[in-house]
Amino acid sequence: MTETNVIDAKNLVREFNGKRVINRVSFGIKEGEIFGFLGPNGAGKTTTVRLLSGVLAPTEGSAWVMGYDVRSEPLEVRKVIGVLTETSSLYERLSAKENLAFFGHLYGLDGEMLNNRINELLQFFGLQEKSMDKVGTFSTGMKKRLSLARALFHDPPVLFLDEPTSGLDPEGARLIRNHINELSKEEKRTIFLCTHNLEEAKELCSRVAIIDNGKIIAIGSPEDLERDLWQKTEVEVNLDEANNEMLKFIRELEIVMNMRIDKEKIFIELGSQNDIPVLVEEIVHKGGRIFSVNQVSHSLEEIYFRIREEKK
Amino acid sequence: MNWHNVITIARKDIKEVRENKSIWIPMIVVFLIFSVVLPVIFILAILHTAESELMTEPMKTFFQNMPTSLTNQIAGMTLEQQMIYLAVTYFFAPLFLILPLMVSNIFAVDSFAGEKERKTIEALLYTPTTDKELIMGKLLAAFVPSQIIAWIGFVIYSIVVNLTGYPTFGRIFFPGLLWVVLMLWIVPAVSLFGLGVSVLVSIKAKSFQEAYQISGSVVLPFIAILLMQIFGVIYLSIWFTLVLGLLFWVVDWIILYIGTKKFRRGEIIANMV
Repeated sequence: MTETNVIDAKNLVREFNGKRVINRVSFGIKEGEIFGFLGPNGAGKTTTVRLLSGVLAPTEGSAWVMGYDVRSEPLEVRKVIGVLTETSSLYERLSAKENLAFFGHLYGLDGEMLNNRINELLQFFGLQEKSMDKVGTFSTGMKKRLSLARALFHDPPVLFLDEPTSGLDPEGARLIRNHINELSKEEKRTIFLCTHNLEEAKELCSRVAIIDNGKIIAIGSPEDLERDLWQKTEVEVNLDEANNEMLKFIRELEIVMNMRIDKEKIFIELGSQNDIPVLVEEIVHKGGRIFSVNQVSHSLEEIYFRIREEKK
Repeated sequence: MNWHNVITIARKDIKEVRENKSIWIPMIVVFLIFSVVLPVIFILAILHTAESELMTEPMKTFFQNMPTSLTNQIAGMTLEQQMIYLAVTYFFAPLFLILPLMVSNIFAVDSFAGEKERKTIEALLYTPTTDKELIMGKLLAAFVPSQIIAWIGFVIYSIVVNLTGYPTFGRIFFPGLLWVVLMLWIVPAVSLFGLGVSVLVSIKAKSFQEAYQISGSVVLPFIAILLMQIFGVIYLSIWFTLVLGLLFWVVDWIILYIGTKKFRRGEIIANMV
């Protein structure tokens, strides 16, 4: 582990029957960070979680979680992590309480301590009233919340969350996202979030990595990735009267690199952000009345598809 | 090895099976058939059949090939008593062994292949348990119920055959030394045999059904023993039972050794990819 990284992966490789499914994956994640791991189905997100949690041994490369080597200290790694698997992995024939008690026992909790923790978590996730019900009768949202409670049972500093909101209604998804945010911001837990929900990643993650065919094709904050892809600045200008003379004037300005009109909106491409006040000044000087100027930002979805397109 | 983890896993697995009626109802049915229905029908059939009709050709062959030790055991008994004694003590023995075998087989398959099929095993693999604790917990979860059921079955079987045969014998005639050896030496070995095969099959199998169908073939050797006994090829003497038990223990050791070597969480999770 480097001094500040809680999770460190160096050139991780995993092969199944000679086929390479994880290909030289490297990254570092700091304490309290929510790190998004994005990619299509089968890209290698879940396999990476399995490698980092010491369940699956890497074919090549190394990784450390909280300083523990996933290859030589897998048991220590599993003590400091909580994993929310994509499928709930709950025992449907047992009650919510029995499920949590089983995992609690395996994390070394017993007696009053165990019961208190179970009640605390069931209360926190709004499942207290259903504590004795069989999990098989639970909705997808309730199962997700119970799985998250299980992942948090032993108070782990590192969490791996695999598609935490998949299959949930908007309300349920919002609830889980709020929990994730709290876990990072207030409790300083480090979160490795696998998702293909790009809006969710943008909302939650300080940094993301995009994985495709087992290889990381981009890594950084959504803003950095955007800046790398769109080096020019684009602004949307809303004018009172956008007549031909004004449009011609704008187009011929030295700072304007490109201009397009889309659904009566004027989009102007500039060399940099510093050109925005110059543009406004020029238009006003020419007698134009500006209602608004907005810098166009790209959604993570646009970034994601652009990166994947470029790497093809 | 952390025995607290082993026992926790075993208790959870037993509870899960207990909650699954589709598993334990057929088990109780088979249990009742072997311990109550079949022996009662067999004894009543003997009691209500004329002596002349009891001596069928296979029975004549069996009596002719019977070793001296067995002839001495039934000397002085009436034909009815001889037939009941032989059936209860010898013919039902291999059939009775199927009971613990079946129980350990079902529990083990549900515990390994069933968990894989229901995808519940993934969360378990992420816990701080060792591979050895996982497999020991699961073996215990299958072994303990199979022994309990075998002993309950044995007690019920003993009561049923003594009660049904009492009008003819006028005394308690069962169990003899053979069944004590059977219960203490063969039954645990046979249960472990079923367990070992189930573990080996379940590691690779993707579903409960697939694993159960393949591992279910472990009953075949016991049906073979039953048939060989009927046709007088072998008979379950105490020495034969001791040697047979030893053979099973050796086979068990080999199968379980391979099973525990092959049981690696990485292997299981790799098969789930």
